Amino acid sequence: MSVNKEFVKFENVDKSYDGKVLVVKNLQLDIAEGEFITMLGPSGSGKTTCLMMLAGFETPTNGEIYLGGKAISSIPPHKRGIGMVFQNYALFPHMTVYENLAFPLRVRKIPKDEADKKIDKALSMVSLQGFASRMPGQLSGGQQQRVAVARSLVFDPQLVLMDEPLGALDKNLRESMQYEIKHIHESIGVTVVYVTHDQSEALTMSNRIAVFNDGKVQQLSSPDELYEKPVNSFVAEFIGENNTFGGEVSDISDGKCKVKLANAEIIANPISVKGKGERTTVSLRPERALINPSTKMDNLHKGKIEEVIYHGDHTRVRINLLGNPEFILKVPNSSSNLDIKLGNEINIGWNSDDARALDPK
Amino acid sequence: MSSETKQILTTDGIPLEVSLKKAERKNKIKAFLLVAPLLFFLIITYVFPIGDMLFRSVDDKMVTQMLPKTFKAMETWDGQELPEEEVFAAFHEDFIKLVEDKREGKLSTQLNYTKNGFKSIIKKLRRKSKSFEEGNYKEQIMSVHKRWADVEYWRAIKRRAPEFTSQKYLKGMDMYVNEEGKIVSVEEDRRIHRVLWLRTLEIAFFVTVFCFLMAYPIAHLLATLPMKYSNLLMICVLLPFWTSLLVRTASWMILLQQQGIVNDFFVGIGLVADDNRPEMMYNKTGSYVAMTQILLPFMVLPLYSVMKTISPSLMRAGKSLGGTPFVAFWKVYFPLTIPGIGAGCLLVFILAIGYYITPALVGGASGTLISNQIAFHMKSTLDWSFASAMGLMLLSGVLVIYWLYNKIVGIDNIKLG
Repeated sequence: MSVNKEFVKFENVDKSYDGKVLVVKNLQLDIAEGEFITMLGPSGSGKTTCLMMLAGFETPTNGEIYLGGKAISSIPPHKRGIGMVFQNYALFPHMTVYENLAFPLRVRKIPKDEADKKIDKALSMVSLQGFASRMPGQLSGGQQQRVAVARSLVFDPQLVLMDEPLGALDKNLRESMQYEIKHIHESIGVTVVYVTHDQSEALTMSNRIAVFNDGKVQQLSSPDELYEKPVNSFVAEFIGENNTFGGEVSDISDGKCKVKLANAEIIANPISVKGKGERTTVSLRPERALINPSTKMDNLHKGKIEEVIYHGDHTRVRINLLGNPEFILKVPNSSSNLDIKLGNEINIGWNSDDARALDPK
Repeated sequence: MSSETKQILTTDGIPLEVSLKKAERKNKIKAFLLVAPLLFFLIITYVFPIGDMLFRSVDDKMVTQMLPKTFKAMETWDGQELPEEEVFAAFHEDFIKLVEDKREGKLSTQLNYTKNGFKSIIKKLRRKSKSFEEGNYKEQIMSVHKRWADVEYWRAIKRRAPEFTSQKYLKGMDMYVNEEGKIVSVEEDRRIHRVLWLRTLEIAFFVTVFCFLMAYPIAHLLATLPMKYSNLLMICVLLPFWTSLLVRTASWMILLQQQGIVNDFFVGIGLVADDNRPEMMYNKTGSYVAMTQILLPFMVLPLYSVMKTISPSLMRAGKSLGGTPFVAFWKVYFPLTIPGIGAGCLLVFILAIGYYITPALVGGASGTLISNQIAFHMKSTLDWSFASAMGLMLLSGVLVIYWLYNKIVGIDNIKLG
C-alpha cells in the first residue's frame, strides 16, 4: 500500500485579510497521509490562518488547497469531514460528554447502537470511560481537552487539525497530554496537522515540523534535522538555544569557510554563503561546544566565564568569547572535575561542521 | 484525639469560636447598616404602598361606618321581603346624621357602585326627609320613590354590611354577587374588563414575540461585529432608550397618523390610494408598533450580554464536526442563548403588560390596555379601591407568569447581564 505523499497539498496559497498585508505568502506544503505535522512559529506568523483555511473557516486569497487530490476551497467546512480540536476546547457546554461526542455522529445519521460503540471506543482511547454523563463544566481542563480530542476523532476523520490544544494546561499536564496525543496518533494512523508556538511540544510530537515566520514556511523537516541543521538564522534562533557570531566570509573551500569576526577568525560550515566577502551569522548549538576538549577540534578559543547557573541536571555557563558576551555552554553535571568558576579563563572548542554559517541577521 | 476536641483559644484566652462570632457580628451589623437606607426606602416606597393597595382593594368600611344602626337592625332580616319598620327607622336615624355631616353624597356614590339608581333616590330622600314626621318611617321612606319600596335596593344596602369585600375583584372580572349571593357574570354587552384583560395579554404576548424576532439578529450582530461597528450599533440601540418615552411616543404619532409620514410614503410609492389611507394609529396597530420599538432595548440587552459570552469557536466546532450552519446554530448556538431569551421575554412581557402612556396616546379605543383602565379609575371615577384591585390582579398575573416561567425554564436559567 503506497502512502499518499500529497494527502494535503497547499499550492501557491496567499491569504490577506485587509488587502494590504499578506499573512500567508505563496505557501507550498505537502502533507503525507498518516503524518503528524506541526506548524510552528511565533504568533502572527500565519500558522493558524493556514489551519483555518484548511478547516474551511477562511478562504485563500489566491491558490488552492487539495485534500486527497480534491480542491476544497469551495467546499463548506461541514462537508470537509475534518476533525478539529480548538484552542479553548470548544466543548458544547449545554451537552454532556456523551452528547458532545454524539453530535458529529448524529448529524451523519449514524444509527444509535453503532454510534454508542464509536463513542465508547473514543472515550476509552482518551481513558475517560465512565465520564459520558458528565457536563463539560464538571471536568478539569485536562479532561475537557481529552473529550475535545475524542470528539474530533469519533467520526473517524482522515484528517484532524489541532489549534494549540494544550495552550491552557499547566506544564506537567501538557507534557503528559503530548505523549497521549502522540500515542493516539500512532495507534490509529490519522493524519494530524498541529499548530503550536511551543517548540518543545513540536519537537516531541511531530514527524515533521513546518517553521512559519512572516507568512512563509522557513523550513520543513524532521525535528532532529530542524534542530541540528537549521537552514537559516530564524530557524536556528527559534528552535532551541543558539550561539551566534556575526562576521564576514574571508575564505571558502572544500565545504569549509573561514569567517572573520571583529578580532578573530573561526572555521564554519557554509550553508547559505556562497563566496568571499558575504556577511554571515554563524550558529552553534550550546552542547556542541566543549570545555578543554580531549579530541582535536578545528576551533579552539579562550573565553572568560561571566556567569554560572545551576540547572539540576546541567550547568549553564555564560562565557565572553570572541567578543560575544552571551555565549552559552551547557555542561553536564557529571563532569564536575572541570574548572568552572566565575572569572576563570577556559578553552572552548568545537568542530567546524557544527558551526553553521547562515544568512546574516 | 484530644487535640481535636479541645477548644482552641486565642492569645487573650477567649475561645476562638466566640471571638470569631464577635468579629463576624460586627461585620454583619456593618453590612446591614450599609443596606439599611435602601431597605428603608424599599419598605416606604414599595412594600407599604402595595400593602395599602391590598387593603384598599378589599376595604369596605366606609358604608359600614356610615350606616351602623341600619346594619345592626338588618342582622335579623332574611332579605326575602321588605325589611321591618325598625330597619327603616335605623336607616332614617343614620341618614339624618349623614345629612347633618354633609356626607350623604358619599353614601350615594358608594351605594351606586353596588346598584345603579341610588344616586337620585338618595338625593330625593334628603329633600323629603326634612319634612318627615316621627314614627312610621317605613311608609314615609317608601313614599319618597318607588325604588325605596323595592326589596332589591334594600338587599343591595345589606350587601355593603361586611367590612371587607371581594366585589372589586369580581368587578374586575366582570362578575358580581347577585341578589341570591351567587357570583355571576354581568350581561354580555356590559363586559368590558375581560376584553381588556385578554387584549392586554394578547398585545403583551405579540409585542414580546415581535421584540424577540427583531432583537435576536440585532443582538447577534452586536455580539459578533468588530468593536468599531458594534459600538456604533449599540448607540443606535440605546439612543431611543435615552430619549423621553413621551417624545418617542409622540414621534410615532407623527409617523403613523393618517396624514403622517408613513402614510405619505405608502401613497407616494403607490401602495395605497390617497383617499384610502390606512389607520395605523388609535388602534391595536399603533400599540404594537410603538410598544415594540420602545421595548426593543429590553430584549436586545439581555440577549447581547448572553451572546457576548458564547465563544465563536463553538459554532466553528459545530460546523467542523459536520453540522450544517443551521444545525450548528440550532443545536449549539440557540440553546446557549436561552437564558438571554428568557430574561428578555420576561422583561418585555412584564413591562408590556403594565404599559400605560404609549397605549393611552396611540392606542385609541381598541388599543388601550388594562393599565389605562386603572388610570381611568384612579383619576376620573376616583374609585381607588377598584383601581387597587385591578392593580393587584395585574401584579398577581405577573407573579403567575413568573412562577410558570420558573416551572418551565427555571429562574436560575436567566441572565440579565
